[in-house]
Amino acid sequence: MLKVTFIDFAGGASTVEVPLGTTLMRAATDNRVRGIDGDCGGNCACATCHVYVDPAWSGRVGARSATEEDMLNLVAEPRANSRLACQITLTDALNGLVVNLPEAQH
Amino acid sequence: MNAIAPVESASIQAAARARVAALPLEELNPADAQEFVDDTVGYIFERLRREDPVHRSHSPIPGIDTYWSVTRYQDIMQVDTSHGIYSSENGITLMDFPPGDEQKLRMFIAMDPPKHDEQRKTINSIVAPANLNTWQDLIRARTAKVLDSLPRNETFNWVDLVSIELTTYMLATLFDFPVEDRRLLTYWSDISTSNKLTNPDAPEPEVRMAELRKMLEYFTRLWNERINSPPRTDLISMLAHGTATRNMGPAEFMGNLVLLIVGGNDTTRNSMTGGLLALHEHPQEMAKLRANPALVDSLVPEIIRWQTPLAYMRRSALVDTELGGKQIRKGDKLAMWYLSGNRDETAIPNPNRFIVDRERPRQHLSFGFGIHRCVGNRLAELQLKILWEEILRRFAVIDVVGEPTRVRSSFVRGFSHLPVRIPG
Repeated sequence: MLKVTFIDFAGGASTVEVPLGTTLMRAATDNRVRGIDGDCGGNCACATCHVYVDPAWSGRVGARSATEEDMLNLVAEPRANSRLACQITLTDALNGLVVNLPEAQH
Repeated sequence: MNAIAPVESASIQAAARARVAALPLEELNPADAQEFVDDTVGYIFERLRREDPVHRSHSPIPGIDTYWSVTRYQDIMQVDTSHGIYSSENGITLMDFPPGDEQKLRMFIAMDPPKHDEQRKTINSIVAPANLNTWQDLIRARTAKVLDSLPRNETFNWVDLVSIELTTYMLATLFDFPVEDRRLLTYWSDISTSNKLTNPDAPEPEVRMAELRKMLEYFTRLWNERINSPPRTDLISMLAHGTATRNMGPAEFMGNLVLLIVGGNDTTRNSMTGGLLALHEHPQEMAKLRANPALVDSLVPEIIRWQTPLAYMRRSALVDTELGGKQIRKGDKLAMWYLSGNRDETAIPNPNRFIVDRERPRQHLSFGFGIHRCVGNRLAELQLKILWEEILRRFAVIDVVGEPTRVRSSFVRGFSHLPVRIPG
């Protein structure tokens, strides 16, 4: 099992434990973490699982795909560390990952 | 109420089921607007999802002709997310106009990247969820006012007094459009989606264009006012000052206005009516909702799935490709039937049941997926949420006292009339 932490817009942290290979989106929706909708079920098609990756982890989460870049055009406040959680698969290297949630999902 | 109507409607449904089951597959044409007037298109989709999920369909209407019907959830998802293969540039409805015909409007929903992305971004922020907080109190106050003024103990048209009134008010607010003229927005919305070829009662093409030109004149006046003032937060001001939109020509300005008016008007309007009808037809769900008003949060996406106010979006293949085992040729047009995908049991459990506390209510196709996903989705949800909160607070009963009248269109799935009565 791996641990990941979601920090909501008000600063509250939720840490959840999930099996290796889970996507970051499923880690949130399977554990009812508020603030991640995942309307498309993980197809990189709705941009409602937008997160900001904590700078300490930015080197380890991999790069955005072209499709993800396109979909990030839809989010409200895109930043350099914006990612769609459905496009990050949790591996041992990401055990302890910390991400921040935007004010709301568009 | 007219006691004949439900019997008539039940027999139309039974006859349609038998007729569709008996038709040769190649004759199934879900773009036939009559199927939407009678609300019988579901039988066609049921059969297509089972027997021929990517279906080569033929319409007798010139301009629609031959098109592919994509009916399963996953295939729709694939087309909607592959904008490099399936283009929006030829328009979002099945009707083709001769090249150069002025009836073909330019709007960003009917553009591919990069132009689409630039224009969309200009208006994205006005309907961004954080910005919606600033609208909430206003929407609630207006909703309350409209509901409090409804007649008691007398039959009235819910579409006119509630659905049109509320959505038009909202649109006038977004545009900072003169409130006293707000019904013009409804009129232009209806005119812009009207089509003489599919609806004999629709205005002639010249009349339609003349009316749309009046719309353009009206909005050009607002545009000129706004461009000569500092930027504000209404949509016209944002378009007039936005770097990607300030140099739009008249056809493009008109197209984008139509997009925003129809997108912000028809869709929410018909979900407001469809939701009331759905709860009337499922009294046990209404009882659940009354017992636990917090279910409004899952009610709203379920209404939007159930109604699917835009039944499809059209795409055009940019290359030869394969979909669901069928050869799609470059230039072929496809209808992604969201209405059908939203009833696909391989993606949505018990899709033919209206369930106010559904497990994953937000996983539906009504907003589309991919880069053209509805920009105003959160605003629509907010309007519906406030409407239902205020209804539940006020009325113990809203009786639907007759059959709805449905719009003659296979694109806008909507209502022109729903007779209701609120006991006083």
